[in-house]
Amino acid sequence: MSDKSNKKPRLTRKERARREFLRTTALAAGVGGFSLLQLLPTLTHSAPRLRPPGALDEQQYLASCIKCGQCVQVCPVEAISLADIFDGQGQGAAYIDARAQACDFSCDGLQCVLACPTGALTHEINYAHQTRMGFARLGRPGSCLAVQGEGFHGLIRGPEYQGKLRFEKIDRWNPIPINQHPFELELCDLCIRLCPIEIRRTQCDSGKPPSGDINQCPPKPAIAMERIESEGKATHYRPVVFEGCVGCGVCEMVCPTAKPSIVIDIRKTADDSAEEAQV
Amino acid sequence: MKLGKYCVTVMLGKHLKKTPPEKISAPAKALHQHKKENGEIDKVKARKEHEIYRETHNKKWRRRRWASILFANLLFLVSYALDIQILEGSLTASRFLGFHMADLNSALQVVLAFKEVLINLLIGFVTILLMWLLLGGRTFCSWVCPYHLLSEFAEMIHIKLLEKRWIQNHTFNRKARTGFYIFFALLAFVSGYTVFETLSPTGILSRALIYGPTVALLWVLFLLTVEIFYSRRAWCRYVCPIGLTYGFVGALSPLKVNYNVKDCHHEGDCRKVCLVPHVLEWTVKGRAPEINVELGPDCTRCGMCIDVCPTDSLKFHFKGLSKKP
Repeated sequence: MSDKSNKKPRLTRKERARREFLRTTALAAGVGGFSLLQLLPTLTHSAPRLRPPGALDEQQYLASCIKCGQCVQVCPVEAISLADIFDGQGQGAAYIDARAQACDFSCDGLQCVLACPTGALTHEINYAHQTRMGFARLGRPGSCLAVQGEGFHGLIRGPEYQGKLRFEKIDRWNPIPINQHPFELELCDLCIRLCPIEIRRTQCDSGKPPSGDINQCPPKPAIAMERIESEGKATHYRPVVFEGCVGCGVCEMVCPTAKPSIVIDIRKTADDSAEEAQV
Repeated sequence: MKLGKYCVTVMLGKHLKKTPPEKISAPAKALHQHKKENGEIDKVKARKEHEIYRETHNKKWRRRRWASILFANLLFLVSYALDIQILEGSLTASRFLGFHMADLNSALQVVLAFKEVLINLLIGFVTILLMWLLLGGRTFCSWVCPYHLLSEFAEMIHIKLLEKRWIQNHTFNRKARTGFYIFFALLAFVSGYTVFETLSPTGILSRALIYGPTVALLWVLFLLTVEIFYSRRAWCRYVCPIGLTYGFVGALSPLKVNYNVKDCHHEGDCRKVCLVPHVLEWTVKGRAPEINVELGPDCTRCGMCIDVCPTDSLKFHFKGLSKKP
C-alpha cells in the first residue's frame, strides 16, 4: 500500500497513474462490496420487524421509506424506533418493539401515517382497525395465567418497566406509564381488557365512539376469553384471537408472564390465519 | 454555455488540460501575456504577501459555514427534543414549519427503488431543488452536511500528519464518483432497495444526532480514519453521490464563486485548501479563458478559497445581483 517514494527516486507519471488505477479499483471493490453486504441481512430476512401502522409489504416498505424518522417524532407513546446497521436495508427504517412499547393507537388519528412523507406508511388507511401489522397468537399457552385459571394483582411487568398506555378513564389525551396503574384481577384478562380494538368496540357498544366518530368503530372483534371445560379441575380460560386483530402488540406488551404468553406474528394477518386454518 | 458543459465533464472526472489558446478571449490573452512579461519581478513579494495573509487573516466564511452546519443540524435535534416542531424529521426528509422537504439524492433513491413518484415526496423534492438552485447546489455539502464538518476536522489532522511526513496522501481517479453514482442508481433500481442510504454518512450522522447514537456510526468513524491516514477528503471527493446530485443543481445556479484573473498572483493557495481543486483550474497561470470566469458546478461554495486569497481575486457572485469587478 505505502509508496516508497521517500527512498526511491520519484515515481514516473505512468507508474503513478498505474497505482492510482489500482487504488481506485480497490476503492470501487471496497465500497461496492460493502454496499452489497448490506443487502444480506435483508435478503436472508434475518431481522423480521413489526412495522408501524400502514406499512406496505416489507420490500415495498423498505424501498419507499426515506429513513427520516418523522413517524418516530409524532408517536405519543414513543413506540417507533429506527433500526441500526444490522438490519441491512432496514437501517434507518421505522419498527416497533412491541414487548418494549407497543402501538396503542392513543393518537387516534394514525399520526405516523400522516407524518410519513413517502407513503411507506400508506395514506390509504385512517383508523386503527384498518391496519394490518401482524396477528396475535397464544404462543406460550403453558405460561398464560388465564389458562392456569389465575388472576393478576399489582403492576404489569413491575415498577421498573417504562412502557406507556392511554387509559381513557384516567386521561383521555395523554398516555401514562403503566407502572402507575396497578390491577386487581380475579382472572387475568389483561390482553383482552387493554386491547385497543376491544376498547374501541366497548366504547362504540356503549354509544360513545372515540372522538364521536362512528368510523372509529372496529367492525370485527380482535380477542376474547374462551372458557375451556376440563375434567374435574377448576375452570380454565384462554384468550382467542379473531380476525379483527391488527397486530398492534399491546397484548404482547402487557402480558405479565416473564416471557410473553401471547405474541405477535409479524406481517401475518387475519387473512393468512384463515387460509392456514382452511389448509 | 460551452464552458458550462466543459465544467460538468470536469465534475464527472475529466482530466484537466491546458486551456487551448483558441478558447481564451482576446482581453484574457493580453492579460496573460502581460503577466508573463512582468510577473517574475513580484514573485518573492507575492509569496511573502500570501504567507502573511494566511497567518493573519480571519477565516470569515469558514466561521459562518460552521455556524450554518451546526445551526441546521441542531435545529433538527432541538425541534424533536423540545417538541417545538420547527424542523421535523432528519436530513433525508423533513418538514420545515409543516412544509415538505426531501433530500434530492434520497428522493431519487426512493423513486428508483420504489418505481413510483409520491406526491409529498415530489413536493419536498421540488422545494429543495428550488432552494439549492438559488443557493448554489453543492452549497448543501459545505453549509449543511454534518459529515462535511467532521471531514474538515479529519482533513486538518491529515494535513498536520502530512507536514510531519508521517503519512502520505493517496489520490483516486475522480471518475470513481461518477461510477459510484451510476452504480448506486442502478443498484436501487435493480434490487428495489435504497442501498446507498445504508452507507450514507450524511443520513447516518443526521439520524444519530436526532434519535440517538447507533452502531452505524462506526462506519462513519472508519471513513474518517481513512481520510485522516490515507486519502484526504476521500468520501466527498471520490464517492458521495449526494455531492454529484447537488453538483448538477449547482451547474444551473446563479450563485457561484467568481475568479478575476487581474490581481491574482497564481500562488495556488486556493487550490491547496479546496475540497475540489479542479474547479480552480482557471487560477493556474495562463488558463483563465476570460478575465472573469466562474468556478465549475462541483464547487461547494464553501468560501475557503475566498478566505485564503490575499488579492480578492475570488468572490461570491450572484448572477444579476452582484457586479463583477
